[in-house]
Amino acid sequence: MATPPTLSGRVLFLSFLLILSSTVASESAAVAEEEEFTEELLLRPLPDRKALAHFHFRSLASPSAAAGRHHHIFPKAISQLVQKFHISELELSFTQGRWNYEQWGGSDPMSTSNAKPPGVELWAVFDLPLSEIDATWKNLTHTLSGLFCASINFLESSTSFSAPQWGFKVNEGNLRYGALPREAVCTENLTPWLKLLPCRDKAGIASLLYRPSIYKGYYHSQKLKLRSSQALGIVLDQTLTVVLQPNTASGKQRHSTDGQLQPNWSIRHLFNNKLSGKCLVSKSSRIFLEIDKGIADKVSTSGTDDSWNNEFFVLSSSPDRVIEEVNDLKVQSSILYEYDVNIYSEEKSFDVGITWKLSLLWSCTPSPYHTSRFLMGSGNERGSIALSFLSTNLQKQISGSSDDCSIKAVIFQVVPWYVKVYYHSLEIFIDGNRKTISEVVDKIHVTPSEDKLLPGTLEMLLRFPCGMQSATLTLDFDKGFLHIDEYPPDANQGFDIPSALVSFPEFSSARSYPEIDSSFGSPLLEDFQEDGIVKSYTEVLLVPLTTPDFSMPYNVITFTCTVLALYFGSLLNALRRRIGEEERELKKAGKD
Amino acid sequence: MHCLPRAAPPVALAVSRPLLLLKLREGHGLVLAQSDTRDRIAPVQLPSPRRGNANAVPWTGKAASDTDDGSRQHDAAESSTRTAALQVKQEEDQARRPARAHHVRSTGEAEHRCSSPPPATRDMAKFIARQIEDLGAEFCYHKFLPSNKHFHPMKFFTSMMNDMATQPNHTYSSFGVNTIGIIRAPRGDGKEAIVLVTPYNSQRVQSNELLSLALGFSVFSLLSRAPWLSKDIVWLSADSQFGEYSAVSAWLNQYHNPAFFSQSLISNTNTERADIMAFRRAGTMAAALIFKVGETRKYGNRDSVTMYAEASNGQMPNLDLLNVVHYLAVHRQGFRVNIATFSSLLSSACLRAIAEIFQTLGSMLRKINPDWKPDIAVPDYMEGAANLASSMYNQALGVPTGSHGAFRDYQVDAVSLEFSPSFHVRNENAKSSFLLRGGRLIEGVVRSVNNLLEKFHQSFFLYFLTAPSKFISVGVYMIPFALLVASLPIVAAALAGGSKSMKMSAEKSIDVSKENSSADILQSKGGSWKWLQAAKVLLVIQLWAVVVSLLPYFITQIPDATPIQSAMVWAVLAIIILIALYVMFGSPYSTGVEWKLLKATMITAISIGLGLMSIINFATAQLGALIVIPMCLFSRPLKAQSGMNFLPHAVLVVSNICLVVLGFPPAVLLIMKGLSKGSWTSDVGDLWVWMEFLWEWSSATYLYLLLVHLPCWLLCIHVLLHPCRQSESKMKQE
Repeated sequence: MATPPTLSGRVLFLSFLLILSSTVASESAAVAEEEEFTEELLLRPLPDRKALAHFHFRSLASPSAAAGRHHHIFPKAISQLVQKFHISELELSFTQGRWNYEQWGGSDPMSTSNAKPPGVELWAVFDLPLSEIDATWKNLTHTLSGLFCASINFLESSTSFSAPQWGFKVNEGNLRYGALPREAVCTENLTPWLKLLPCRDKAGIASLLYRPSIYKGYYHSQKLKLRSSQALGIVLDQTLTVVLQPNTASGKQRHSTDGQLQPNWSIRHLFNNKLSGKCLVSKSSRIFLEIDKGIADKVSTSGTDDSWNNEFFVLSSSPDRVIEEVNDLKVQSSILYEYDVNIYSEEKSFDVGITWKLSLLWSCTPSPYHTSRFLMGSGNERGSIALSFLSTNLQKQISGSSDDCSIKAVIFQVVPWYVKVYYHSLEIFIDGNRKTISEVVDKIHVTPSEDKLLPGTLEMLLRFPCGMQSATLTLDFDKGFLHIDEYPPDANQGFDIPSALVSFPEFSSARSYPEIDSSFGSPLLEDFQEDGIVKSYTEVLLVPLTTPDFSMPYNVITFTCTVLALYFGSLLNALRRRIGEEERELKKAGKD
Repeated sequence: MHCLPRAAPPVALAVSRPLLLLKLREGHGLVLAQSDTRDRIAPVQLPSPRRGNANAVPWTGKAASDTDDGSRQHDAAESSTRTAALQVKQEEDQARRPARAHHVRSTGEAEHRCSSPPPATRDMAKFIARQIEDLGAEFCYHKFLPSNKHFHPMKFFTSMMNDMATQPNHTYSSFGVNTIGIIRAPRGDGKEAIVLVTPYNSQRVQSNELLSLALGFSVFSLLSRAPWLSKDIVWLSADSQFGEYSAVSAWLNQYHNPAFFSQSLISNTNTERADIMAFRRAGTMAAALIFKVGETRKYGNRDSVTMYAEASNGQMPNLDLLNVVHYLAVHRQGFRVNIATFSSLLSSACLRAIAEIFQTLGSMLRKINPDWKPDIAVPDYMEGAANLASSMYNQALGVPTGSHGAFRDYQVDAVSLEFSPSFHVRNENAKSSFLLRGGRLIEGVVRSVNNLLEKFHQSFFLYFLTAPSKFISVGVYMIPFALLVASLPIVAAALAGGSKSMKMSAEKSIDVSKENSSADILQSKGGSWKWLQAAKVLLVIQLWAVVVSLLPYFITQIPDATPIQSAMVWAVLAIIILIALYVMFGSPYSTGVEWKLLKATMITAISIGLGLMSIINFATAQLGALIVIPMCLFSRPLKAQSGMNFLPHAVLVVSNICLVVLGFPPAVLLIMKGLSKGSWTSDVGDLWVWMEFLWEWSSATYLYLLLVHLPCWLLCIHVLLHPCRQSESKMKQE
């Protein structure tokens, strides 16, 4: 029974608040240099009549701020996490759906760093002695699990994470990698992610995150990336990549080959909301609309002055700035239209959209090889994993066809222990011919699995001839038996093999924007300019294993219990019953 | 550089509307257009291979500038200017036509269907692929060769791994083309897939096949816009020119056990790039549904669906799948659901009599106690019995009843639905209403499977169907079989024990005067090890059976043999080998085996054989037990003395002979054929055809017949013709 505060008490409290807030405001100018927050959104039409939206939020705590215990913008939970577990790098992604490498591109920064395997993927580099890393990883998974309302703690057991040496990312043994392909992603994961933003989703670009349209999308990946070092402080990148299907007015969603216009869309259309101003604490707040190289080429040849209002499409508002990407050959490729949200407010809300005038067919730059992975064989005893590479002839287009050259590819694959891979059975077929391992494999590193202890890890550096059209790698495996309590609740669904990662170290996904420099201050474009290698994740595989009939013990227990109950019930009844007494009772009742 | 935009080609096929009904009508329009005015549609619908490829995978950036007409004219000009001598070279350039031409030259009989310039196979496949592409789904072609049926009776034991390796490595000219469309579930992870199959014969497309293709396409186009999908959808329009099963099994084999080398089996064109040829996959298969529209029935007021579920060696899909189909078809869409039945049994008077007895029994029971309701009406009983007989027969035969059998080989639950619409072909309203209801049925099944988190596993896999919604589970039908087989070891033990005791008593009666020690030696020498002789006879006969079962491998090598000739060769060789074996190892009578011991060993062997077979294919074991066990138990030498009167003895002899005749595998086959077809005429050639049929489908029934049934029958004959003099003569010798 709390007594209501007295009037004088309330006044006192309010005045205290006022004083406090004014001091904070006066300090904020100094703090702003130490902690930064930027918010950005990139929109891009995709060739298959969809639209991509990429939200990018960066919170930065400079080293001096990180040393102290209090933060103004930077989420305290994250800084504590970094300090407690000595994380130098961490990436956590929640993904639903598959990135379509054929249609949505395979070698741009978007697909190489933001296309993630379905489910949860977590990797972290620790700044710790090697002996302490495993224990720290376990604690970290539990902390993240609590922080993001997800079952990341399943990554705790040693059977589910691995320590890749160079196949995933070059490191000194202080990297741990784990993936949970079956983790379902929902709003309960998004809410804690949004809590890390200073304005949550109440203001700024994050206010566009309209849940129904995000979760209705074809692909949805929410990522948290941390970097921390003495020089840098803590950099927290939060990205959300969604691929949406704009609702066309006619309700038809036919493929582009039949000559229909691309669907017109706008921010309001996609997210059911206009943008009303920026998040006030953000240093910069920008929206980019990217037009792919395919269209950009066409636009530049058509010779229109305003590149945003040409014969192919028109943008609903004029951009504040046009940034052109220049590729290696000094040819302009894609175009970015920049909109600064600073000038908009609640009264003057912002919306940008694209309206198509002509139907266009274009395609995104693919990765040099299209990779897919599948299972072979049937039955509950054995099978094979096959990884196939299909050339997209990118190399030929870039450097012309020369037969002597070769293309490097790195494969990183984690296999759970109950899929017992025989690594000696690795076979490689190139264009239908069997090759010896030494011809193709440059470097291989295998950590064999141990029953109920360690997953198997395969890291392999391959060298393919440039003229190769297709290649296939196969690995045989035996299916193991699990102990009855190791089965998950829905065991009859089968067991997952997490996605493999294929990267092409000779191909860079970096983009160059010569017009902008570091003073421009756009973390999104900085990320795009970073030298990333082309990567692609393969499909998750489902291996059916032998499963016991779980309902049988239940049936047996039920039946035996029934029989026992009947037996003892009737026995007790027979023993305890006093027939003479009952008859007497009956007689008595009859007399009455 | 690699992203060339270009104006889209003109619209090929008009409109799709959001509702299923309208979509179905559109699919229906497809049928009519294709069947009626083919030449008018063709120029628009059939793009050149290059154009199709560029559309399918736009990011390659190859600007497909030449149009259909352009390339056609080019072809025509080329062919007219070149001489006949150069024709072979031209053929090499332009891929699939050369192969056709070869074929025409080599086999004249196929000329009429191959000579038309764009082969019908490709037209149809390309048309379907174009439709799939227009929906925004992925597609690919799968070329396959007719599977050459070898004699491999043990195939069902081995895995299917090296199927492709057995094919010869010269290029084939005639091949089928399956068209596969794949819808990737919008938010799914692509781990699982549902397969829909519509078979059609690309060489001669019937109107009902077009209707089933239209049904398939309608469902596919509906599903391509479904936001609720969590499993990928694969639509396989199987080219059934070499049979439905071979098309589906070739695709499944490529899906599960692809061969990565020797890809040049089928003459590939250089114009077709690797990525269009690439085989596309979609995860582990959760379930498969094969549907086709059968012949239109003239009678009946309801459209009916016939379910086929029996896969090879009596394997059945999970009962839940059948229940889902049945429930949705009957209670939601108002179809009548049938299963395969023996219609000859429905008119059988014998069965009717039994049914009437059951009915009167039932009514009597009801008079005694009105609470008991043994509700067996005569027509219900007869229908159930006919269905059960058909179900058992199909399972026992071990031959799949449709292309769903191919899926079961890869542990995928599959069921075939054959729609038999009851409307006239030209009745447009009835047709679209049929398409609507059929489409809804398939959509319902897809939704049901799609929503499953786990594979079908909860329900039965071992059952016989007596009605589409009624079944006999393994727990019930095991009982009669177990009772039948349980009698065998008991009889064998009794016989062996009886023979021993008889012998002992006989010896004792003769050698009373002799010392006990010599009697013991005799017993140990001849008595307890006597069964070794019988076992030797059994082994010789089993060896013979193995050799006979392998003989067809050599007989099939004989070129141009008619079935009758082959059967005769087989029979004669079998007899010769039997005689030769007897000459080598001695005939059973010369070694002096006692008939009771012989019978005991035979019974032991048959109980082992039946026990093994009941694991491999229960229905075969059940039916086999019904025939073999009476034969074995009744068998008794004709010359044996019995303490019986004349009448029972005569009955015993007659029943013995009857059972032995019935137990002869050819006779059994004849009876089974009579039951299934209703006609009782047969000849020797049919036996060969039947056997060929069994081993082509790698049915374990073949092995059962030749390795279990045949030796048992031969031993029965031996017992029947046993001279019964050994023991007496021995006694006299003693």
